[in-house]
Amino acid sequence: MNTKLQPIFDTHKGKDGALLPILHDIQHALGYVPEEAVPLIAKQLNLSRAEVHGVITYYHHFRQTPPGKHVVQLCCAEACQANGSEALAAHAAKRLQGADVTLEPVYCLGLCSIGPAVLIGEDELHAHVTPQKFDALMNGLGVKK
Amino acid sequence: MSITIYIPGDAAALAMGADAVADAITAEAMQRNIKIDIVRNGSRGLFWLEPLVEVVTAQGRVAYGPVTKADVPELFAAKFLQGDKHALRLGDIETLPYLAKQQRVSLRRVGIVDPRSLSDYLAQGGGKGLARARKLAPAAIVQQVTDSGLRGRGGAAFPTGIKWKTVLDTTATQKYIVCNADEGDSGTFSDRMLMEGDPYCLLEGMAIAGLAVGANKGYIYVRSEYPHAIAALNAALKDAGDWLGDFSIEVRMGAGAYVCGEETALLESIEGRRGIVRSKPPLPAISGLFGQPTVINNVITFASVPDILAQGAAFYRDLGVGRSRGTLPFQLAGNIKFGGLVEIPFGATLRELLYDYGGGSRSGRPLRAVQVGGPLGAYLPESQFDTVLDYEAFAAVGAVLGHGGIVAFDDTVDMAKQARYAMQFCALESCGKCTPCRIGSTRGVEVIDRIRAGATEQIPLLRDLCDTMTYGSMCAMGGMTPYPVLSALNHFAEDFSAVKAPLPQAGEGLG
Repeated sequence: MNTKLQPIFDTHKGKDGALLPILHDIQHALGYVPEEAVPLIAKQLNLSRAEVHGVITYYHHFRQTPPGKHVVQLCCAEACQANGSEALAAHAAKRLQGADVTLEPVYCLGLCSIGPAVLIGEDELHAHVTPQKFDALMNGLGVKK
Repeated sequence: MSITIYIPGDAAALAMGADAVADAITAEAMQRNIKIDIVRNGSRGLFWLEPLVEVVTAQGRVAYGPVTKADVPELFAAKFLQGDKHALRLGDIETLPYLAKQQRVSLRRVGIVDPRSLSDYLAQGGGKGLARARKLAPAAIVQQVTDSGLRGRGGAAFPTGIKWKTVLDTTATQKYIVCNADEGDSGTFSDRMLMEGDPYCLLEGMAIAGLAVGANKGYIYVRSEYPHAIAALNAALKDAGDWLGDFSIEVRMGAGAYVCGEETALLESIEGRRGIVRSKPPLPAISGLFGQPTVINNVITFASVPDILAQGAAFYRDLGVGRSRGTLPFQLAGNIKFGGLVEIPFGATLRELLYDYGGGSRSGRPLRAVQVGGPLGAYLPESQFDTVLDYEAFAAVGAVLGHGGIVAFDDTVDMAKQARYAMQFCALESCGKCTPCRIGSTRGVEVIDRIRAGATEQIPLLRDLCDTMTYGSMCAMGGMTPYPVLSALNHFAEDFSAVKAPLPQAGEGLG
């Protein structure tokens, strides 16, 4: 773990308020922030383990367990609700049952005129996502029914 | 000679398939041995036309849209590179009433300029505000901003000049400029469009703020849900060279906490802690980031400043009505036919936005409720659609303009359910520091569940709870969650009377 984290620590050396940038880089590299990283981060930043744990668990974005092969985020905020995101969410949960996909709600992707909106991975966006379009996207990713 | 083609790289355009269109155009041009130069501009903000392709021709920029990759061979066959006729041809996009009627100030270059090019930004009139600010004394810059009447565009509408003057008057050696780009309100995307479509404008506004108050370091706190905005800002910063002088800017990524849009929670987050709201006083202007005097403003606030400096305070002050001066980029969202960005001076009515620009609902059904100002804003019924878009006029009807987000719902909406969602969202996103917000929101969900199950005698209890949250919460999270709840209750009482949903079992319901 230390060899994986050291380059990240080096990047942010001397940075004020470096904890979030470090956590982002770890999650970007590993897909999540592993438990065993916590004491190393704490030591690096002269924080208590509780402080680091507190930050990781406070923010919705950080995960403590590895995600599925794909991460699919579905916008569930008002503007997408107005265009049927609830029905889409129900459909998606059913479609992805047993699949190696992490399905998460997200509260606004800033695509509020063209919802329902979906984010796949870190930056792949889709607009006007109907249940049919959602299935096509999942089929495209090779997610089995 | 190569032909310049604009294909937006804005997140909304990407979500509509702009990358595939760009790839198809590149491939088709190569096959036909035509030299083209593709610029990934921002979006014009007419999202039903995305992906919107603009070709630079002898007649000027000629737009086609919405283009799919399947249209591309046909467009080439129709000689769209010369601006010739095709079913998707829109001509000069700026002559479309939707754009022609607008008066864009802060987003004037978005969709026009190449966001990855400082030289294009300067060629399009950018940089003049900063150049003028460099010739002025700090107090004179602040005076310009004060005289313009600019108020914070994040939602609270606090006079920007007063905030800047407070920071200017402090004597600290280290001061900071912080941009709040944690645009978490549903129905809002103007910050995102500006950052993706004209990032240098934001950098310029922040650098002017730095000169005005004596700060040499700035942070832009962008939400993690906006990866494309973060990339655009970082690219712009890399390319800015010494244009910003000794003012340095760092982009910080949020981590999915809505409450970090509250200014003190945002500062905590930059400092590397949980985004917990701070007690005020002290104001951030006195003791903000790392305990130092800090100007913290929204993206659009900073983006309005370059023009105020370049064209003079009077130009901005002369737009608008009452105490709402200048323009506000409204964002038409939700169930709306022509959703997009409408930047106009304050003073029009909500109805004009919804029907003259928005064209009514997307579903074709009557509009029943419109939430203005994000998840903490009130729902307005049809009888209030003639309210003037002005901070004070909205306050007078118990609503807020906020950041200018407008989310339309048709008549299939269940307003008791929307009220429940407001409480649920507050429970999910509360930072937990104060009791009314942390516990009140959860109790609010439960009370609304009981009301929806038929216990209408609990409506006074819900009102009482809202009262406690409004007056007892530390910040707008708990303090304004009652806006959507009470407006739903007041204007759509019929949705709270019939038995709509069985009571959830223990442990169910909060997601």
